[in-house]
Amino acid sequence: MAKALADVPPKGGFSFDLCRRNDMLVKKGIQLPGFRKTGTTIVGLIFEDGVILGADTRATEGPIVADKNCEKIHYMAPNIYCCGAGTAADTEAVTDMVSSQLQLHRYATGRESRVVTTLTLLKSHLFSYQGYVSAALVLGGVDVTGPHLHTVYPHGSTDTLPFATMGSGSLAAMAVFESKYKEGLSREEGIQLVSEAICSGIFNDLGSGSNVDVCVITKGKTDYLRNHQLPNPRTYVSSRGYSFAKGHTEVLSTKIIPLKAKPEVAVVDAMEE
Amino acid sequence: MEWGAVSSEGKEVSTILESGSQRTLSPYVTGTSVLGLKYKDGVIMAADMGGSYGSTLRYKSVERIKPIGKHTLLGASGEISDFQEILRYLDELIIYDHMWDDGNSLGPKEVHNYLNRVMYNRRNKFDPLWNSLVVGGVKNGQKYLGMVGMIGTHYEDNHVATGFGNHLARPIMRAEWREDLTFEEAVKILEKCLLVLLYRDRSAINKFQISKITEEGVTISEPYALKTNWDFSAFQNPTKGAEGSW
Repeated sequence: MAKALADVPPKGGFSFDLCRRNDMLVKKGIQLPGFRKTGTTIVGLIFEDGVILGADTRATEGPIVADKNCEKIHYMAPNIYCCGAGTAADTEAVTDMVSSQLQLHRYATGRESRVVTTLTLLKSHLFSYQGYVSAALVLGGVDVTGPHLHTVYPHGSTDTLPFATMGSGSLAAMAVFESKYKEGLSREEGIQLVSEAICSGIFNDLGSGSNVDVCVITKGKTDYLRNHQLPNPRTYVSSRGYSFAKGHTEVLSTKIIPLKAKPEVAVVDAMEE
Repeated sequence: MEWGAVSSEGKEVSTILESGSQRTLSPYVTGTSVLGLKYKDGVIMAADMGGSYGSTLRYKSVERIKPIGKHTLLGASGEISDFQEILRYLDELIIYDHMWDDGNSLGPKEVHNYLNRVMYNRRNKFDPLWNSLVVGGVKNGQKYLGMVGMIGTHYEDNHVATGFGNHLARPIMRAEWREDLTFEEAVKILEKCLLVLLYRDRSAINKFQISKITEEGVTISEPYALKTNWDFSAFQNPTKGAEGSW
């Protein structure tokens, strides 16, 4: 019986073979390797002309800030962008992969990509990995059918919403959206609301911080406003700069040790050619 | 769905010690968040009136904010029976204090300190009172607002919240609180927070009481409901443009 099963080629998707071994190792006390999580606030909302996405820029590795200014708004297509929360490698890899698939699809069809295409590609990939690809995404874009905003969860479920937040700072950001969102916001109002929601995440959630990135997608035009707000500047910067010329430190003693002994060149015959 | 680092009042299995005494460590009938903030004339507190039994909404008229003595308001989230027990302790304390008949009465600072000791002591015996308490009041013109948790963590601030309120309401309060809020402005801020909690906390219900305490005394409002808004056009047909998806 087992031999017959071994002959069938694997069909793709996640192979759960090693899960029992991993469980056994954890029970024995071995610590699983950690991974860098983005610990994030990401938001999106629909305004009168399209979609606005926002994200903070802090990437955490446990309690340490691994990257103070990372980019969490990923390119999918010229008219579709995707914010990612969860494990940084997973969000990068999955958005890159689907972005390439969309490009190939554009070549094949000769048309602008649609947001629902991106959505279906993402959700079927994430579902087949049963939540082990830890990517929680806010996907937004404008295509021929209009503006769309979706959230995608690591297990593969999706929602279609007028405004959405994800990540550890999602509650702080959602508090801002729930109290201030209305339909038909103008571009300025939308950017202001998105920035406010991200700032709420930055200042009230420890997993989020640093700067605010905003991406405004409308029909035919996308504005990627990298570091739209920098609400956390360095507070103490020396105005004189940090150069230390010779003479700043007192020299107590000097000792020079040659590292390579100078070879004694004896007068010998010429080398054999 | 992942929330990151959020957790509500946790659950543990009850254990039976060798001695035979049982420490029940999971809450049964629970109340959700309580919000409090200082304003110009005193302190204002709000809570909904729900008592959930696990995932069932069992009781819909639970008063989770009570006056203590002349100078204090106490709001509680968590296990309702433990809150009732705390009210009995405080009743005893207030009566005892009253019997001294010395013209002095326990103020919010004293009540806060007493509750802090009680909660911390119970926690050390591994038998906590499963509550997060908000203590607010005014005495001799001094406004006071503080919080005590079930493990004895306590602090004092211009605005406090328990449970989900910490994640959903405090960001709003931090952004909008000022010194000298009028009563109407303070109510507006609280109602904003209560609405967000109503939308996003599954154990919240649309029946609230707002109470205020000033030098003059305590006022607890009648229960009332907030107006919710569900008519976003995106909710009408979410799959427009992509029939068959969800």
